[in-house]
Amino acid sequence: MKTVISSLVTLLLLSACASTPTQTANNTPAPTPEPRKTTPRPQIHQAPLPGSVAGSREEFQKMAGDRVHFALDSYALSYKARSILSKQAAWLNRYPRVRILVEGNCDERGTREYNLALGAQRASAVRDYLVNLGVSPSRISTISYGKERPIDGRSNEEAWAINRNAHSAITSGAVS
Amino acid sequence: MRFILVFALMLLASPAWARLEIDITKGHLDPMPIAVPDFLGTTDPERETGAKIAALIAQNLTRSGLFKPLDKASFIEHQSNINVQPRFADWRIIHTDALVAGQITIDKDNRMQVAFRLWDVLSEQQLVGLQLASTPENWRRIAHKVSDAIYRKLTGENGYFDTRIVFISESGPKTDRVKRLAIMDQDGANPTFLTSGNYTVLTPRFSPTAQQITYMSYATRTPSVYLFNIETGRQEALGDFPGMTFAPRFSPDGGKVIMSLVQGGNSDIWVMNLRTRQRQRLTSAPAIDTSPSFSPDGAHIVFNSDRGGSPQLYVMNADGSGIHRISFGEGRYSAPVWSPRGDLIAFTQQYKGKFHIGVIRPDGSGERILTTAYLDEGPTWSPNGRVLMFTRETRPGAGPHIWSIDLTGSNLRKVATPEDSSDPAWSPLIQ
Repeated sequence: MKTVISSLVTLLLLSACASTPTQTANNTPAPTPEPRKTTPRPQIHQAPLPGSVAGSREEFQKMAGDRVHFALDSYALSYKARSILSKQAAWLNRYPRVRILVEGNCDERGTREYNLALGAQRASAVRDYLVNLGVSPSRISTISYGKERPIDGRSNEEAWAINRNAHSAITSGAVS
Repeated sequence: MRFILVFALMLLASPAWARLEIDITKGHLDPMPIAVPDFLGTTDPERETGAKIAALIAQNLTRSGLFKPLDKASFIEHQSNINVQPRFADWRIIHTDALVAGQITIDKDNRMQVAFRLWDVLSEQQLVGLQLASTPENWRRIAHKVSDAIYRKLTGENGYFDTRIVFISESGPKTDRVKRLAIMDQDGANPTFLTSGNYTVLTPRFSPTAQQITYMSYATRTPSVYLFNIETGRQEALGDFPGMTFAPRFSPDGGKVIMSLVQGGNSDIWVMNLRTRQRQRLTSAPAIDTSPSFSPDGAHIVFNSDRGGSPQLYVMNADGSGIHRISFGEGRYSAPVWSPRGDLIAFTQQYKGKFHIGVIRPDGSGERILTTAYLDEGPTWSPNGRVLMFTRETRPGAGPHIWSIDLTGSNLRKVATPEDSSDPAWSPLIQ
């Protein structure tokens, strides 16, 4: 296969040279070169290697999920959220050099300052849960974005539910 | 006290003054007719500036909702000297109640003198005579000061035209919004950006001297409250708090900033003395305590808390004692701001999927809803406590814009800004 490709490349290079218009001393236009028939190039298909690298952001996302969601005006962790956080904790305990920033987010159906406070409660709820499962508090920072960082720009119930979340963003220590 | 003040003013003013007065507490379907001819001048630059000043005064008075400047084409008398009495009969024919007469001189050193008189057309009395000096480039502020003088004389209250608005200018898609600190005149003129947009800034508020702004910034890893000096452009993080600080406001004397601090996920209210840098914790409930705002006498603080299960308005003494709830209507209440007059608190109410701006007395009585929209939030008071500006999204997906409404619930207007805009805060009257 490799030799086929390299000989194809050589062929293409040669044909490219041949079709370059040659400079002429007088000003008569160079004759239009004959169109050449080129052999169709074989396509190359690319696909990600199945399975993520151990300790990478992708693996964290795939094995645990990096976002948990909340009910309206609440920072209580649902059963589903707790299950995601247990997986986050297990993964974080396996890679002790990884540090995360938990970002608390709210939907747009609240006032700005109240949402900043609510986002802080959500981020803190996630942090506390991870700490209880053995992740060192020194590895987890928190921030509240209130309603300033929606990930779904629409204005409907579905988007609001998506935007009520806490995102565990890996800040350092992951395998890239 | 008020009676004595009114009595003293009556002694000073002509007897007719009491008659030509607008009751500002009512919604006005019949604004007062007023004539604002171009200010006089002897040279072309003087006349040009005179026309611009008169047009801006008329625009200010129209936007207040209290006045109806008349069409200049209807004027019969064309004065050539403002120091001669107008022919009042000519002004009565076109049914104006008040007449503004102004004159401009610009000397060879580019100094501008503006003289103006306000006349009561029916009683044929002068109500105001004033002279202002500046440079021709400053014509807008001159027009605002003249507008303030007219408003003050005819309503009996201070104006708000020579003021500025600090706000957040927004651009870009909702999921990647750029938010910059910006400032403009109250009428939307001279918009200027104060931060670059490399980091998010929120909720700016003026100091009582209008020289400083406090706001919240995401410039560093821990979002916190900052001070911005308008004169020097200097920015400074306020205090080294062990957590996120937000929702800042100045005390009425400008000596303190009150704000929320997050510790362990919980927001409480703290106050910081700007001179000594000492800080004091005022609330300690295991609930959200935020959006604090001082009463104008500095004795009380209104704030937002969900300690009772849903966000509501609470009032406490300035030392954190005596906390009691004042909002008992339906829905959720937040973002309270005490009026500069002290008599009312403006707030945001969320009820049945809509947002409203309303006002309530500090004792919790007299609640009144002024606006309704998909999103209305974050009211700010004009320095005379008669007008509110706020952030509005008219419908889902529409970008935010600054709007204004009179305390009476009338005169709803969109404020012109170059981009989408939010979080307005009104300055005091500029000295």
